[in-house]
Amino acid sequence: MSTTPESDIGSGIDFQHEQDSAEFTELRKTHRSFVFPMAVIFLLWYFAYVLLADYAHEFMSIKVWGNFNMGLLLGLLQFVSTFGITAAYVSYSNRKIDPKATAIRTRLEAQEGE
Amino acid sequence: MNILTSSVLAAAAESTKVGNPWVNIGIFGLFVGITLIVVLKASKNNKTAADYYAGGRSFTGTQNGTAIAGDYLSAASFLGIVGAIAINGYDGFLYSIGFLVAWLVALLLVAELLRNTGKFTMADVLSFRLRQRPVRIAAAISTLAVCVFYLLAQMAGAGALVSLLLGIDGKLGQSLVIVVVGALMIMYVLIGGMKGTTWVQIIKACLLIAGAFVMTIMVLAQFGFNFSALLGAAVESAGTPDILNPGMQYGKSETSKIDFISLALALVLGTAGLPHVLMRFYTVPTAKEARKSVVWAIWLIGGFYLFTLVLGYGAGALIGADKIKAAPGGVNSAAPLLAFELGGPLLLGLISAVAFATILAVVAGLTITAAASFAHDVYASVIAKGKSTPEKEMKVARRTVIVIGIFAIVGGIGAQGQNVAFLVALAFAVAASANLPTILYSLFWKKFTTQGAVWSMVGGLASAIILIVFSPVMSGLPTSMIVGADFSIFPLSNPGIVSIPLAFFLGWLGSVLDKNTEDPIKSAEMEVRSLTGIGAEKAVDH
Repeated sequence: MSTTPESDIGSGIDFQHEQDSAEFTELRKTHRSFVFPMAVIFLLWYFAYVLLADYAHEFMSIKVWGNFNMGLLLGLLQFVSTFGITAAYVSYSNRKIDPKATAIRTRLEAQEGE
Repeated sequence: MNILTSSVLAAAAESTKVGNPWVNIGIFGLFVGITLIVVLKASKNNKTAADYYAGGRSFTGTQNGTAIAGDYLSAASFLGIVGAIAINGYDGFLYSIGFLVAWLVALLLVAELLRNTGKFTMADVLSFRLRQRPVRIAAAISTLAVCVFYLLAQMAGAGALVSLLLGIDGKLGQSLVIVVVGALMIMYVLIGGMKGTTWVQIIKACLLIAGAFVMTIMVLAQFGFNFSALLGAAVESAGTPDILNPGMQYGKSETSKIDFISLALALVLGTAGLPHVLMRFYTVPTAKEARKSVVWAIWLIGGFYLFTLVLGYGAGALIGADKIKAAPGGVNSAAPLLAFELGGPLLLGLISAVAFATILAVVAGLTITAAASFAHDVYASVIAKGKSTPEKEMKVARRTVIVIGIFAIVGGIGAQGQNVAFLVALAFAVAASANLPTILYSLFWKKFTTQGAVWSMVGGLASAIILIVFSPVMSGLPTSMIVGADFSIFPLSNPGIVSIPLAFFLGWLGSVLDKNTEDPIKSAEMEVRSLTGIGAEKAVDH
């Protein structure tokens, strides 16, 4: 039973050979070298914020502008960083990941068609 | 609630009897009518299993992203967060941040890889390179568990909402409304499948976000578009500057502070393990569209939570915490009361209908996820051992929809008056404990084995539920589900801080202790497929 969407493309491919190929190793490295550090960064930043909100009430109550305080500022910065990381990831994928993935996919699917 | 507040409540119910129930019912009826027409149109092309479960993979990233926002912004987030900010101030805002940041886990680590390796359900991915039967059964159980908790929360919320919006106070009236909601939802899902459900989500998301946006502008206009002035008015109304600072809800004791960390952990790791969110990634043709969906969802959800910040403080400033707490529906009534204050019965009717539509749409999304999981993972793969036909599988799926629908109606009537936020937080904690560790391990860790997957899923699910049973939300406090009894040995109301690390640990331990090794060819295939999208990308041509 095929577990992949609809088509059976790939039944004739030597995936182990492909997995060890330099081209695929490069793709994996490109993907992981972005998503892993980024995941660590945003989780650390999120939990730093959570701990501040939980244990540093006085710091979070410092007024920044009018009634607008440090807690609201840092909270809104969580929104900004989430939007920023999203945009950075999209741009990185379009430039670095997608071309490599498409090249391998096109080659394998052509190979299969032969 | 004690006797004092309930007498205040009765008195206030008179003074806060707002809006005209017939306006609310009329607007809601209009929504049901329009969505039914859309669902009927969408259902014309429901032929294959891919049509029924995955909307024929025909949705664009933007459409699916809007539908994801529709699925995610449940009544609990709209009514619950606005109410929480109005009453607990800053601590309500902390929920929004957890709910939003969580999407980065889905975006960076899960969405695209999942789209490339699966077909219809979460279990497709988890069982790809492991042994089918045990992994599928475990994944189906945790899928059903998360869906059931989420479903009960929505149905209980529907009952509470109705008491305020339609002026139906009695238990019988509320139960009747739950039956109507359940029956409508069964109809949507039976007729429309994933395609119809997705359109309902899209329409609802647009209405909800537009409604929140209009209200936000109206609130800000009252304060000359000066956010600081709005905050000042909220402080004045609350009588304490603490409403702007963290700690009103979670700063009470050391235990509540740890409880907050536990909640934060469950929120940020739960989203990427919610089966009904994961299933949405299969409705788009390619991984690139899956990425676009998440990006679009992040913008919509982020924008919406910014609106709720304004609405929450706006409700605090313009209506006041005491009046909100005293209104029928309690905390959940902050948003509808604010709508009435800003735009009279018509705006109240619109916002109420939107909130109601929200419940309907989320319930439909949950039901189709649970039905797909049962038919595809339990029936087709385990009971029929892969020898079932797609027609038979869909028949089973449709029957499951009816069973789950009836269960949701009965459970919803039973869960009336329960704490909605608790049920939703429990669903997130269960998803983060039972599903996410296995998803991440199977996508990124070569040495992960079947035993690791089963230990992690079963251990995560069981520990989360057992800890909840022995927590203060079940017993020991006046606000507990079972009043009068006390078997709360576990001090925290959210189990995440224990059950999530435990599930990660069990996944590792089960794998290193496993004497069986998994098929290296399957493992290689999964990795190559997940990153390149080979095979999966072609689906669009079919």
